[in-house]
Amino acid sequence: MQRNAMLMLGGLVVIAGCATYVAPTKEESTAALKSSFKERGPAKLDRLNQTEIQAVCSEAQMTGKAVPKAEAEAMEKKILATIKYPADGKYLGDFKSGEKIAQTGRGLQWSDKPDAANGGNCYACHQLSPQEISFGNIGPSLKGYGKVRGYSEATVKYTWGKIWNTHAFNLCSQMPRYGDAGILTEQQIKDVMALLLDPNSPVNK
Amino acid sequence: MMKHTLATTVAALVLGAASASAGAQESAAEGIAKYREMLQDGNPAELVVARGEELFKTKRGPKNVSLEQCDFGLGVGVIKGAYAQMPRYFADADQVMDFESRVVWCMVNVQGMDRAEVTKNPFSGTGKRQTDIEALAAYGVEMSRGMPVNVPQGHPKEKASYDRGRYAFFMRGGPYDFSCATCHGVNGQRIRLQDLPNLAGNKGDADRAFTTWPAYRVSQGALRSMQWRLYDCFRQQRFPELVFLSPTSVDLITFLGVNANGAKMDAPAIKR
Repeated sequence: MQRNAMLMLGGLVVIAGCATYVAPTKEESTAALKSSFKERGPAKLDRLNQTEIQAVCSEAQMTGKAVPKAEAEAMEKKILATIKYPADGKYLGDFKSGEKIAQTGRGLQWSDKPDAANGGNCYACHQLSPQEISFGNIGPSLKGYGKVRGYSEATVKYTWGKIWNTHAFNLCSQMPRYGDAGILTEQQIKDVMALLLDPNSPVNK
Repeated sequence: MMKHTLATTVAALVLGAASASAGAQESAAEGIAKYREMLQDGNPAELVVARGEELFKTKRGPKNVSLEQCDFGLGVGVIKGAYAQMPRYFADADQVMDFESRVVWCMVNVQGMDRAEVTKNPFSGTGKRQTDIEALAAYGVEMSRGMPVNVPQGHPKEKASYDRGRYAFFMRGGPYDFSCATCHGVNGQRIRLQDLPNLAGNKGDADRAFTTWPAYRVSQGALRSMQWRLYDCFRQQRFPELVFLSPTSVDLITFLGVNANGAKMDAPAIKR
């Protein structure tokens, strides 16, 4: 009897111990975050307002639970419909300019001059031209991109879309939306396209 | 002597780059590792630690007391091992504080200094004299060298800080859709040739990262604090400017610290 009472008391203490802690809600966590930043230059506070995809993909990575396939596909389809293809139908620019864009990491940081052209910073995550050995590995190697995949219209169009808004093809991809988010201009994307898909580009040599 | 060995290493790196083959990247990475190893011989952070110690022990501020009158969580006057057990909850401030927050709190509440003045320029410019907060952080962490990280989670506010920190770590935002986890959520990732620790799922990486800040940054000629480390990460993440000692800064340090519990502090370290 006494032992049972002790056990019960023990149980109560455990319950009481748990009851004192309530994890912060998503709203509370977001509020703390929003109070922790100040705008500077081009980096305004609205950058902390998540898009639907940002929110869904943050949650998926934090919990380790992938977005359900059907749901992800439906969202990808919607994004695919928003991709803007070049009005003049020309997809490939100058690969030499593309190489420079791929090398440059500047752009949209509060420390960047807003009037200077943004870079694509492709080498931060991808291998491209074999001459450049300082490349990252967050994204797949793109060495020989055109040589391996061919230069068909479908490949060209897919590649444009992938650079414009990667989420149309892989919902929670970590790659920035170079066209959709206005990071690169249409002409810059053409130049990066040439780096990948011009047969004379060092990427395809 | 130091300059000479650095020049030699840089030359070796350039040579490594010239032989562009499949192994070139590996040899470049080896060269960098060697360079880092050589740097360990003389860490200019020692000078910053010495200045921090002097600042710490000098009677300063309108109340003319030293920071030896400050409680860093282990009792008034106990600085040894305190850094390794922060962030933690402080009843007098009713909040969770990292070391830098506590330094500022004590400069204001114990020494009587003006908070706005103290926090106006928390980080030094490249090659400029270290700020007082940086020097004090360097001294504080030196006093925990070799001691195990033991960031407490006993108080509900400490737990909430960890949970909010975890949320902030995974929160994608801004024009690049980046979160901390974009670069620090997978094993074996690199930006260019820079290795990226996986801070959310790899104990060894989390340990190394937490235990080696503050650090002397050779490329910037300056000692950098943990607050600075987060501030500059968010800059590259394309977020707005992280406010010094803000809730998210402390929450992320709690998240990183708890993930590194048990590891041995080894800072100030020296980094590229």
